Parts: sequence; structure tokens; C-alpha cells
Amino acid sequence: MPDVTKTPGTAAESAAETAAAAGEAAVVAAPASSGKPRSLWSDAWGDLRRNPFFVISALLIVLLLVMAAWPSLFTSTNPRNGDLTHHFLTKPEYGDVFSADWFGYDKQGRSIYARVIYGARASISVGVLVTIAVTLLGGLVGMIAGYYGGWVDSVLSRVTDIFFGIPFFLGSMVILVSFSDRKVWVVASAMAFLGWTQIARVMRGSVITTKQSDYVTAARALGAGTGRIMFRHILPNAIAPVIVVATIALGGYIAAEATLSYLGLGLSEPTISWGIDISDAKDSIRDNPHVMFFPAGMLCITVLAFIMLGDAVRDALDPKLR
Amino acid sequence: MAETGKKDVAATPNVSEVHVSDASTTQEVEAVLDAPVERGEPILQVRNLVKHFPLTQGILFKKQVGAVKAVDGVSFDLYQGETLGIVGESGCGKSTVAKLLMTLETATSGEVFYKGQDITKLSGRALKAVRRNIQMVFQDPYTSLNPRMTVGDIIGEPFEIHPEVAPKGDRRKRVQELLDVVGLNPEYINRYPHQFSGGQRQRIGIARGLALNPEIIICDEPVSALDVSVQAQVINLMEKLQDEFNLSYVFIAHDLSIVRHISDRVGVMYLGKMAEIGTDAEIYDHPTHPYTQALLSAVPVPDPDARERRERIILTGDVPSPANPPSGCRFRTRCWKAQDKCAEEVPLLAVPQVFVGKSTPAAHESACHFAEEKDVVGAA
Amino acid sequence: MTVTEKTANAPEPGTDGDKKAPLLEVRDLHVEFHTREGVAKAVNGVNYTVDAGETLAVLGESGSGKSVTAQAIMGILDMPPGKIPQGQILFRGQDMLTMSADERRKIRGRKIAMIFQDALSSLNPVLSVGYQLGEMYRVHQGLSKKEAKAKAIELMDRVRIPAAKQRVDDYPHQFSGGMRQRIMIAMALALEPDLIIADEPTTALDVTVQAQVMDLLAELQQEYNMGLILITHDLGVVADVADKIAVMYAGRIVETAPVHELYKRPAHPYTKGLLDSIPRLDQKGQELYAIKGLPPNLLRIPAGCAFNPRCPMAQETCGVDVPVLHQVTERDGTELAGRGSACHFWKETIHG
Repeated sequence: MPDVTKTPGTAAESAAETAAAAGEAAVVAAPASSGKPRSLWSDAWGDLRRNPFFVISALLIVLLLVMAAWPSLFTSTNPRNGDLTHHFLTKPEYGDVFSADWFGYDKQGRSIYARVIYGARASISVGVLVTIAVTLLGGLVGMIAGYYGGWVDSVLSRVTDIFFGIPFFLGSMVILVSFSDRKVWVVASAMAFLGWTQIARVMRGSVITTKQSDYVTAARALGAGTGRIMFRHILPNAIAPVIVVATIALGGYIAAEATLSYLGLGLSEPTISWGIDISDAKDSIRDNPHVMFFPAGMLCITVLAFIMLGDAVRDALDPKLR
Repeated sequence: MAETGKKDVAATPNVSEVHVSDASTTQEVEAVLDAPVERGEPILQVRNLVKHFPLTQGILFKKQVGAVKAVDGVSFDLYQGETLGIVGESGCGKSTVAKLLMTLETATSGEVFYKGQDITKLSGRALKAVRRNIQMVFQDPYTSLNPRMTVGDIIGEPFEIHPEVAPKGDRRKRVQELLDVVGLNPEYINRYPHQFSGGQRQRIGIARGLALNPEIIICDEPVSALDVSVQAQVINLMEKLQDEFNLSYVFIAHDLSIVRHISDRVGVMYLGKMAEIGTDAEIYDHPTHPYTQALLSAVPVPDPDARERRERIILTGDVPSPANPPSGCRFRTRCWKAQDKCAEEVPLLAVPQVFVGKSTPAAHESACHFAEEKDVVGAA
Repeated sequence: MTVTEKTANAPEPGTDGDKKAPLLEVRDLHVEFHTREGVAKAVNGVNYTVDAGETLAVLGESGSGKSVTAQAIMGILDMPPGKIPQGQILFRGQDMLTMSADERRKIRGRKIAMIFQDALSSLNPVLSVGYQLGEMYRVHQGLSKKEAKAKAIELMDRVRIPAAKQRVDDYPHQFSGGMRQRIMIAMALALEPDLIIADEPTTALDVTVQAQVMDLLAELQQEYNMGLILITHDLGVVADVADKIAVMYAGRIVETAPVHELYKRPAHPYTKGLLDSIPRLDQKGQELYAIKGLPPNLLRIPAGCAFNPRCPMAQETCGVDVPVLHQVTERDGTELAGRGSACHFWKETIHG
């Protein structure tokens, strides 16, 4: 290997040698493990793939999403067709899995299995819609408050505090009670209207931390504009905690929708949802617990799946939070 | 190396006359900024620069209750092709000076003339043009590169912000050339910063700083986060680039031996003010300000034999808070020479009376009422 | 101080070991970290000894294993992922790695204390400084609250914190960096340990404050006749205070020497390179000598001598054989006391 010159040669000579030595050194130090660039996301993916909780929850969620999108793949029974001869019938023909009477029948003789399958759509739609809405709204408010600081931050933070102070269920009920026909988007809007504050707070904190990084200063020193700094430098570095919070919250929104529906202030018939079915079952729970059990069980599994996914994502994105 | 250039700048005064440009429209300003500057002519002139950070109380209605006087009246010149070192301890305001020169902070008062144009008052397109010509290298190579961007994106970003510098098709090639210039393998263009070591990252930071062909680079502690064995590599690279691209450096650091090695002139800062400024030999071999003397004598010298020999001035106490600096001379609370006069009168940065007109290296600017030479076996 | 008598008379575990044994001896210590990317070999067979009243400087760059060795001695390594596959840490002849957790605890903290680089994060921000200093006495010596506070003030006086009586109830953030480092030193001194390990004690401080703190440390060390392990990357600090130096590279000691010898005649190319890369007055305007390349990745330490890819003297054998720490001699074969070099070509390096 060539010796780095110690005796002063001409400037050009020694400069060239330094460069050569440095180049060589760079080759020596090149990570031998992979030539492929690794980013935070690919690292996180590598982590996730090996996390059994992630694998299980992801498979469950995929199944639930397919169920929500194409319920007819799972059952050919119409969930709205009641047959009073099946009133509270509980003895399904086992062995005939995925048949209409697998879970038994409810008060009106409707197939619980079919209703559970069809109920996924409403529950998951509400969860996903609310999550998207709060992420956009809360993210925007948090981003602006954190980035601009000063009086903008003061005003937006106080507004956030006010909304944070409104009890979520009480507020949602007050809003929803004034609607007679409560479709998915109505319930989702009401929940998003009150639920964005957590994301806004997380985003604001994350943006403030990121804003102080040297690379943001470096971009400003280059003359970068506000848009570039926000979307190229701050957002990609500040988004991880928001994604984690949003994923965990998704499960919570599904549960919240069920709670509201149970109280009779969430989705209304003819929409099929787990919450409505749980509510319907409450009068007959002593004699016919199976009517309550299946929709409630699906709800639990769904909420758990999203919370597990959120935990796994958090561990992968930021091992320090564990 | 820059031997010839160094001789020229040594003879120039520390604060020269400012030829304020009379450009008013954006086009005129841009024309002024594009004009070349002769070697040894002042390219950056800083006059009475002040930065106070207000201390406020209250949530919605903020009331100012005081100010941190981070920079409190600093003047100096930077000549084309030279390296001006700025040394001082933490809290002396040297990093704030760097941010002010980069217009990353708004000055409370004072001016920074770049080619006669006061850049503290510029905005919009004219400011963007200034930013193209004054670039910065940061201290911490671990935080100054966006971890979500590839090396190619990081070094190529200056071209996206200033598209006129390089046409779109050329950019990738330019980035690879820059990687080569700073001694990195051009094939690393698609890697992420965390795949590099500290020294390599600092090279990436330097490449980004060079991308727009700037005239001035402000270096804020560029090697202090690096391993000892890598520091020398980066210093050599910076000296090589200075010659190759005809750059002027403002080199801010606390390592006195490195500053001496790279600088033509050195300014010593204490609590937001310039205590002493002169050529490297004047400051290191003939310091007249007691703070400079103490600083030089306190630096551990890598020579165990000097342990017994050298006389060290150990200052008592800590640096006072810049929110509440002492009256008069800021150094008086830790100075062994302090008298009543020091508490009453702020010493001006000028050649001390005793040395005026004398052709001794001690005749350089020093902000002390009782400036005198003292033999200190200093660093380097 | 009364404490001195107490500890001197009381039969403590650890002191009844071999009196002739060095205060601390590290033998063939290995430390590795099991990470996702593989096994990082942070320490690969380190040997050193410290005697009472002696200052050993461990010099090295980041990743050289200098701090990990200290953490292993103090028992503050995170295990897992850390692991000590082999080696001994002998305190007065007793192996701390094999003794019971109870015995070990009695040595660490009381007999060996550590000073960290970052004083702010090493002090508890919600407890007053006086309380934290007094805690040592309350817990270890069962003093009352009042007595402990008096002791704390005494300690703060010892490390020359002005107005100790008034400041004893202040919180860590109310002190400046230099003062906080003094408090850390006071805390380490509280139980009058036999050995202090200082991990970059002045790196975070300003030069003028650095000198104050180093002086204080050296003075206290002499007064109490303590052993001191000073871990640093700063060649200047080492020259100022050390008696002997161990230079570390990639988890191994590559050179040991008394302080004066090392700076005059380094016997390892790495040490030589470090010394040569310090800017010197007569090199102004010239290129600095730079060790080429980068410090090694601990997951993939080069075969043979770890320094060989960066070494100007490297031959074929350097990439194959791991050099042992050779006794360094004069040209005529006279042994140089305390000098060793882990280089196949130490003769060429020291004698030109």
C-alpha cells in the first residue's frame, strides 16, 4: 500500500496522494455486508418481518380488509334477510364451516355469521376514515404550529387545548344526536372533528425537534424555501411518531364507533355494524349469549390487531421508545 | 500552497474602509454580487455586529424581560483567499457570528458587507444569490445530513434550489465529481449517511458546501467532532480545496493548534466581543490581551517535558452569563490585572497606546486597557 | 477526616487480598457486543495494571475500546448485548468477575469510583446536589441527614466550590459545567476510593476550565494516594498529567510507555502517526501528516494487525499474524522499563 507522503512534496503531488489515499480508505471501509442502500424504512421493514406480533396482526388486518371489501367472498347469505323460524337458533351444523348458520342466528333469525362478515365494512371504514382525517388535520395543525412557532403556535396550541378539553364521547354524542340518518361518513366526521388533537400534539413536538436539526439549518443556508424545508426535510423525519400513534389510534376509533353505536348514537340501521349488533343483543344476553359473543369477539380481535400492529411499527421505527 | 497569498493579507489592516455599493434594484445587486474580488481585497466586512436574543415571559402575550447578548459589537474583515480563525470558549458567541454571516439569524444591529453590499438587509432573490456564494460546513457530521436522503440527493440539493448553476441532465455527473473532489468513491451516490463514518460524512458535508462554487465558506468547528486521526485528513482536504477553488474561510474552532495551522489571521472572542485580533504569529507569539494569554497557557501541550517548564495562568471561576455580562471590560471578573477603570470603561478593540507607531508584532488590535506582552509557552 | 480512619481500620472485603498485588490488574480482557449485524469485538485482550498513587492514561479514538474496558471494570456494561467471554479484572489480587454480586458491590462505588464526561446527565436533576452527595454517607455509612449534609458541604469545599454552604441545596442545573464536574469529582471522592476511573473528564469543558479541573483531580489524587485511570483521546491532557500511557486501537493495547518516553520515541506506527498529525509550528502552510483511512469497523476488524490497512510500514505478515506486545529495548538490547509495542516492526519504528 502506498505510504502517505510525510515529507512535503509539491502541493499538487501531495494533494493528489491524499485524495488517492482517502479514496482507497473509503473502499476499505465500505460496508461489506450489503451494496444495497438501507434507509430507515427498509431497516424497519427488516425488523417487522421478523416480529411475530407484526406478522400475525398484519395477516389478520389483511383478512379483515378483504372481508370489508368483498364480504360476498366469505358468505352468500344476505345478512339482512331474517327468517323467524331461525329465531335465536344456536345449534349450527358444525363441519359445514363458512355456512350461514355457523355462528347461529339472532332475534330476527338473521345469520350472525353473515352479519359479522358484513359488519366489518362499516367498522373498518369508520376506523380508517377517522384515522386519515385526524392524521391530515392534526398533522397539518401540528406542522404549522411547530414550524412557525411564535404567535401562530400559541394560537393553534390553545385551539388544540380547547378541543382536547371536550370529552370525546360526550362531544360526539352531542354532535351525532342532531343527525337522524347517521351514515359512515357522518359518524367518521364527528369523531375526526374531536379526535385530531392527539396527532396535532405529537406532530408539533416532533416538528419542533426536527426543525432544530443541523440539516434543516443546512437547507436554509442553501436558500431552500419553506415548502422544500417542510416536505423534504422536516416531514420525512417527523412523521414516524405520528404513524405509530395513528396506527394504535385506529383500533381505538373502531372501538369508539362500536361504543357509540351501542349507545344508539353511532351508525344507524340499515347499516350493518358490530356495534349495532352488540346493542341489539344486549336484551337477550342472559339466554342467548352467542348473539353478543361473535360481534364482540370480532371487534376485540380487530382492535387488538391494530394495536399490535401499532406497537410493532413503533418498535421498528424507534427502538428507543420500547 | 497559499504562501504567496498569505504574505499579502498579513499586511492588511483588520478593519478597512467599506466601499458601500449603491446598487438598489435586485438586478443591480445581483450584478454586484457576481463581480469578482481580487486576491487580498476585503470580501466580507463585518461592522458592529450585534445579536441579542430576547428573554421573554408569558404564553400568549410575551413580555421581554432581558436579553442574551450573544454577539455584542463585533467588527472584522475577511480578505479574499485568506483563512480567518475565530477562537473562543463556549458561549463566547462565535457560533452566533457564523449564523449571522450566513444570514440564518437576523442581526439586532450592525452590518455585514459582502462585496460592499449589506447582506443583513437583503431578502428574496438577492439573498438567495448571496447564499449561493457563502456556504457553511457544520460541526456535527451526524446531525447535519438528512438521514432520509441519499448522498446523491444531499449533494445534489443545492442544484435543485439553484437550478441555474447546473442543468438538470448534468447534476448527477456534478455530484459524482464533487464526491471525487472530496475523496469519496463516486459510486457511493445512492447510499445513506448512516452508512458512512464521521470523517466520510464530514466530506459529504464539505461536498455539499462546494456544490454551488461559493466564494466564502464558514466552517463552524468542522473537525471537533472527528477522531484525532481523521481530523488531519479533513484539515488537509480543506486546505487543498481552498487553493483549488480560491476560497476564503472563516474558521471557527476551539482547538487553538488547528486554528493556528490553518489560519492567516486569528480573532479571539470572549462573551460576545472580540478581545484581540491579528495575524497568527501576532496572536500566538505576542498576545497582549490577558484572556488570550490565559487561553494559550491553559491549552494542554502534547509534550510532557513542558509540564514543569511552562507557567500556566489558571483563571478562576467560569465565564459569566451573556444575559448579564459584567460592566466595562467583560473579562474583568476573571482578570488578574483588573482595576477600577476596567469596570467603568469598555476597552475598545484598537492597537494599544503603548504600541502605537512601534514596529513590534505586539502592535495589533487588542481590547484591553492594560495590554502588554507576556511570555507564555502556548499551544503549538 | 474521620472517614479515613474508619475505612482504614474496618475489615472490608477486597482489602484482605494479596497486599503485594497491584491495586488493579486487567488480564486478557475480552468484551463483545452481540448486535443484529453480528458480533462487535470491542475489547480483544487488554492487559494493564495501576498502582496506588499512579496515573495510567488510556489513549484511544472512539471505538478503540477504552471506555468499554472501564465500563467492564465498573460493572456497568449493558449485558446483554455486552458479554465478557474471557479475562480477569483483579482488584488487589481478587477477580471481580468471579466474585459474588454482593462482594463486587462492596468494591465498586466504595473502592473504585468513576467520573463521567457528561456531568449534567450523571446527576439527578430533581435532587439537590447536597442531597446527592450526602446520600453516599447515608447509604454506605448510616449517617443522619444532618451529618450527611455537613459532610456534603465539607466535600464541596474540598473540590473548591465557592460558597459551598449556600449552594448545598441548589440543583445540578444551577451550576456551570465546570462546577458540575467538580460535584462529580466530589461524589467520586466521597467514600475515599482507592481507584478513580475518569472517562474523558474534561472533554465537555472549556479550555480554561479544563485546566482547573485537571489540576484539582491531580492534586486530590496525590493527597489521597489514589490510583487514577484517565481515559481520553486528547494527547495534550495526557502529556499534562499521566505517569504511564496505554494506547488502544481496535480493542487492543498497541503500545505502553512511560509518558516522557512515548512522546519522544513512539514505538508503534499508530502512536507515531497520532503524534505526527498534531499541527506543529514549523509545518505552517504545509500539509499535515495524516494517518490514511478510517478507524476499523468493530464488526469486521482486519485480520492480523488491526492497524495494517492504515499503516505506512505494513508488510505481508501484518495482514496475517496478530502482533503480541513486544518488550521494547534499546538498540543494544537493554530493556526499556514499562515499554511495549504490539508491532512486528517496532524496532524499525523506534530506532528509525
